[in-house]
Amino acid sequence: MTDALLSVRNLRVEFPTRRGVLTAIDDVSFDIMPGEVLGVVGESGAGKSLTGAAIIGLLEPPGRIAGGEILLKGQRIDNLGAEAMRRIRGKRIGMVFQDPLTSLNPLYTVAQQLIETIRTHADISEAEARKRAVALLDRVGIPAAKRRIDDYPHHFSGGMRQRVVIALALCAEPELVIADEPTTALDVSVQSQIIDLIKEICAERGAAVMLITHDMGVIAETADRVAVLYSGRMAEIGPVTQVITAPEHPYTVGLMGSIPTLTQDHARLVAIPGAMPRLNAIPQGCPFNPRCEHAFDRCFAERPEPLRRGDRRRVACWLYDEVSTVEQEKANV
Amino acid sequence: MSDALLKIENLTRYFDVSKPWLNRMLEREEKQFLTAVADVSFEIKRGETFALVGESGSGKSTIAKMVVGLIGASEGTITFDGHNMTGTAGAEMRDLRRRFQMIFQDPFASLNPRWRVGDIIAEPIHTFGLLKGAQVTNRVGELLDTVGLSAKDAEKFPHEFSGGQRQRIAIARALSSKPEFIVCDEPTSALDVSVQAQILNLMKDLQDEMGLTYLFISHDLSVVRHMANRIGVLYLGSLVEVADGKKLFSEPQHPYTRMLLDAVPDLALSGRRRKPVEGEIPNPINPPSGCAFHPRCPLVMPRCKVDPPHRVETPTGYAACFALEKQPA
Repeated sequence: MTDALLSVRNLRVEFPTRRGVLTAIDDVSFDIMPGEVLGVVGESGAGKSLTGAAIIGLLEPPGRIAGGEILLKGQRIDNLGAEAMRRIRGKRIGMVFQDPLTSLNPLYTVAQQLIETIRTHADISEAEARKRAVALLDRVGIPAAKRRIDDYPHHFSGGMRQRVVIALALCAEPELVIADEPTTALDVSVQSQIIDLIKEICAERGAAVMLITHDMGVIAETADRVAVLYSGRMAEIGPVTQVITAPEHPYTVGLMGSIPTLTQDHARLVAIPGAMPRLNAIPQGCPFNPRCEHAFDRCFAERPEPLRRGDRRRVACWLYDEVSTVEQEKANV
Repeated sequence: MSDALLKIENLTRYFDVSKPWLNRMLEREEKQFLTAVADVSFEIKRGETFALVGESGSGKSTIAKMVVGLIGASEGTITFDGHNMTGTAGAEMRDLRRRFQMIFQDPFASLNPRWRVGDIIAEPIHTFGLLKGAQVTNRVGELLDTVGLSAKDAEKFPHEFSGGQRQRIAIARALSSKPEFIVCDEPTSALDVSVQAQILNLMKDLQDEMGLTYLFISHDLSVVRHMANRIGVLYLGSLVEVADGKKLFSEPQHPYTRMLLDAVPDLALSGRRRKPVEGEIPNPINPPSGCAFHPRCPLVMPRCKVDPPHRVETPTGYAACFALEKQPA
């Protein structure tokens, strides 16, 4: 565990409000290995984007990290000052946001934005930076990059803009790229291009990716491991193939059942009744208990801890508590 | 043919996107038109779900709005149960209007935040003068019950509900005038998957109970596959293929349909190597000549760049493509 690139330990994010403190992320822990793609899924309000924002220090006040720590290659980054954090952001952790239009400045050409970013992180001349910028645009698949680099963002289509944003995120050669819903605003045909691009480029440069999305299909095709968030808690984390083909947490089971697929026929979808609780009304015990068909006494009283299931998998559900202890005893004998 | 509830023939819609008159004079520019829907024809049979899929800008929502009469058609006809809707007006149109309703994409925008849920649902009842007095309240209660909410919720305001519950309210409102036909414009795109499944199940149940006919519009192919009996694929305002529900996915005919299916991320983890998708949707103001898909098409022939393709019969329905025409039947 010591060689993890990014290590999030018991992260807790709170929003103080007039009516009391809302805990948006509670006790979330995970590691990202160098070069790995970790998918983070969940419904809206599950805390996916907040986790990403907390890692790169872009929580909007009054939101704040109230507990836990975030380590980048063993160095704590959650308590750094604004200036030190700014140097990490962009240089060591790149960011791709959902909406490519709002993450580019409409008043500057793509060349100006790329060159500025490159020169902020590397001590090179403007001409050198420009050369590098053109090469990058070429790499992310923008045709006639040399000519188009002097265009403004509005000259580009949505898919092309997202390519520019990816180029921007990669220009300082970061070790980790946090991609927050990078394809949600795009059409399917363009979405697949962008996913392939992110995958290829990161593999080529050995950068790890934290891919935040609500689309299980995207995760299935891209990620090595997947973390399922529910109400700001980690429900399940494990290798993609295991989580998708054999989900264990009842929430993940429901989530997988409620997605219509292109290959199987369902007369009805397996819907999870109800909706995710609001932050001010998270029930005691397991946050999923009102919607869970397997809930029993313990689920209403105690918060489930992430239980180890196999080498690389953890599931926060009391259903697996006995099983895992029995298995452990067997292993000891 | 007599069982077609809705029949659309050669439907076309232009939008004038020209600059103002003075600019045109000074800059010596012509008027510019955007063809949002070009010569689309299809039929929806009673009791079936017909789905339209396509990427953004393909004209899905424009067709939906024309079908319910929110915008007029530039050319072509829409026939609802034998009545030509482009020619009807007044009391006759009012009577027709009762029989079709629409569910919109964003339940946060489609419900008036200052109205109580009961008033929202009762509005079509009052508008068409269907019931009076206490009967209205009863009916609203019944409808809320049908969509899985409680009759007490009529007193509440929309902001007290989650996205999925609001979409249920929108469905209750659509049902209140006892329509036969409902146009659903991306009814679940704004919802999370677990809630989406609830709404899709509800819509299917209602269809079984009330014999509703749906025009279902979505960009999500897996949702469409789950819901539709027949599917039309739109590209840049033209209908490129129409096929029976599941067959569109097992035997796609048109090259665009194949490309679209190839692009969908796969949950089955088959590890298939996807063919990279080429290019993007061109600008609809200056669409390519001939077949609009030809710059991205792997099967492109010289003829595609000149002539617009005609509709040809396929084993699964029909498609508009020269490459399919050439194959011996």
